[in-house]
Amino acid sequence: MTQPLSVRNVTAHYGTTKVLEDLSLDVAEGELVSLLGASGCGKTTTLRLIAGFLEPTSGTITLGGRDLTRLPAYKRDIGLVFQNYALFPHLTVLENVAFGLKQRGIAGPEREKRARAMLERVGLAPLADRLPGALSGGQKQRVALARALVIEPPLLMFDEPLSNLDAKLRIDMRVEIRQLQRANRTTAVYVTHDQEEAFSISDRVAIMNAGRIMQFDTPETLYQRPANSFVARFVGFENLIPMKVVARDGANVTAETAGGARLAMSGERFGEIPDGFIFASRADGLRVVPGTGEGIPATTGLRTYLGRAYQYQCDTAAGPIVANGALSEPLEPGSTATLVPVPDQCCVLKAE
Amino acid sequence: MATRIPLPLILLTVAVYIFLVGPLIIILGAAVSDTTYLTFPPQGFTLHWFQRIFEIGAFRRTIVTSLQLACLATALALVIGIPAAYALNRYRIQLPTWLSTVFVLPILVPEIVLGFSLLKSVAVGASLPIFPTLLIGHTLLVLPYAVRVISASLASFDFSIEEAAISLGSPPSRTFFTIVLPNVRSGVIAAFILAFITSINDVSTSLFLTGPGISTLPIQILAHVEQFFDPVIASVSVLLMLLTVAVMAIVERTLGLTFLTK
Repeated sequence: MTQPLSVRNVTAHYGTTKVLEDLSLDVAEGELVSLLGASGCGKTTTLRLIAGFLEPTSGTITLGGRDLTRLPAYKRDIGLVFQNYALFPHLTVLENVAFGLKQRGIAGPEREKRARAMLERVGLAPLADRLPGALSGGQKQRVALARALVIEPPLLMFDEPLSNLDAKLRIDMRVEIRQLQRANRTTAVYVTHDQEEAFSISDRVAIMNAGRIMQFDTPETLYQRPANSFVARFVGFENLIPMKVVARDGANVTAETAGGARLAMSGERFGEIPDGFIFASRADGLRVVPGTGEGIPATTGLRTYLGRAYQYQCDTAAGPIVANGALSEPLEPGSTATLVPVPDQCCVLKAE
Repeated sequence: MATRIPLPLILLTVAVYIFLVGPLIIILGAAVSDTTYLTFPPQGFTLHWFQRIFEIGAFRRTIVTSLQLACLATALALVIGIPAAYALNRYRIQLPTWLSTVFVLPILVPEIVLGFSLLKSVAVGASLPIFPTLLIGHTLLVLPYAVRVISASLASFDFSIEEAAISLGSPPSRTFFTIVLPNVRSGVIAAFILAFITSINDVSTSLFLTGPGISTLPIQILAHVEQFFDPVIASVSVLLMLLTVAVMAIVERTLGLTFLTK
């Protein structure tokens, strides 16, 4: 039943405002892909285009080879789970779940049997005759999930499904969603602004900004090898330091910061390094070592305790830098220190 | 622990109730008075004046006209008002703000002006017969209530519910009847009551539009009062009140009145 989704060169407008720019996205059969970004980045627009609630200005959307681009929403066969659940308030839990089956002309007894079986799977069988108003947020979202899954859609889409739930429930529900999606091998698109949620649940994540996909990759790659400074900042690289290559020795280079601090960088680790680039690191990627030595000279400022390390707000000739230091040697504000890169915690980005 | 209610508050409440209910009691008393003129307190008791209403042909005819008019005007207002309210709420962001104001205009325009302008344009201008003219007038009169009340109901309706139904394979037109309408039912019923009562009690607009042979009950009451001063006026007023109460009672029976205060 499950099918691959392909979004090709889609551009969309709200009135005269362009909200999506030449967006392409492929979701493989049975894969869960998240669209991640801040509000207004176009992730929900993309979902609504796929669902058929918006029409693209140009481009095509296909699902398992079937062209959806001009197909009305009710003929698309896509299971949708909404942020605010969107249950039918005047129908019971069972009727809510059976609604999609009814639209498909499935007879009463068979319909009820399937709806009950689905409710069983999400653990809500005892609540079948309640009205949605009498359910908790988590229960409502389970009904919404059951309602979307029972029609066995070739594509399942989630629009911020967990943002109205409390933190603990959010984690339980996302595991549950992932398990159900895996068990049915349903192709899924998941829209969220929560990075942890997206990374934990997805096979691949598309990070979006201003109507474009900035990078589309596995969570591991996004987290460790961001492709550009937007994604780097998004996944928590606090330090983006512009650098220039001053000497080359084969693939290895020596590069210099604006303040003249020099770093030796291995071509084996960073690949081909352009003349001008951005050196990106998280606080963990730069180690604070007391005194002077090889690295970026710095003066430590505010020290905060992280449990596994101390974090320092450092002042350097290249600007402010956040870096972590060992618990064994706490430094007072104003100490002279050197920031030493931890190569596999850092990356090289193209200058922009 | 019982809260003590201050005496002045009790007195004030009683005063308000007397003020609200008093006129109704006076009318009721006058309607059963066994005299040939209007008086209160009633002298004697008779239901003769209620019987008398139906002996006067003008009352019989105008009661029928008023009921027909109220039913048709309300139905028309709902047929126009429900889709209008739906569109105004569903596409609120895309639509210009003045559009929803247009639907309130008939409330802002004095009814007497509405009546006069309809007389000029529809009755005289288009020389339409009296009943259709009255129907247009009453529909215009009650339409704003229908649109406003149903809009208020739709304002709290989450349109993603509609999208959920569509995504599950229900065409938009069917979704409107199976999902949207049942969820704004209380608004539609409230609109029905308001529109019906407004139409059946209207004087100002009807005054201009009634003509030879066709009149409405309130206009007939007015005409009667100009010539006679007998308790028929009181009894017919009681009848009009009972009609209104009956509509409310049916609603109360089927739905409960709580939705009016929701």
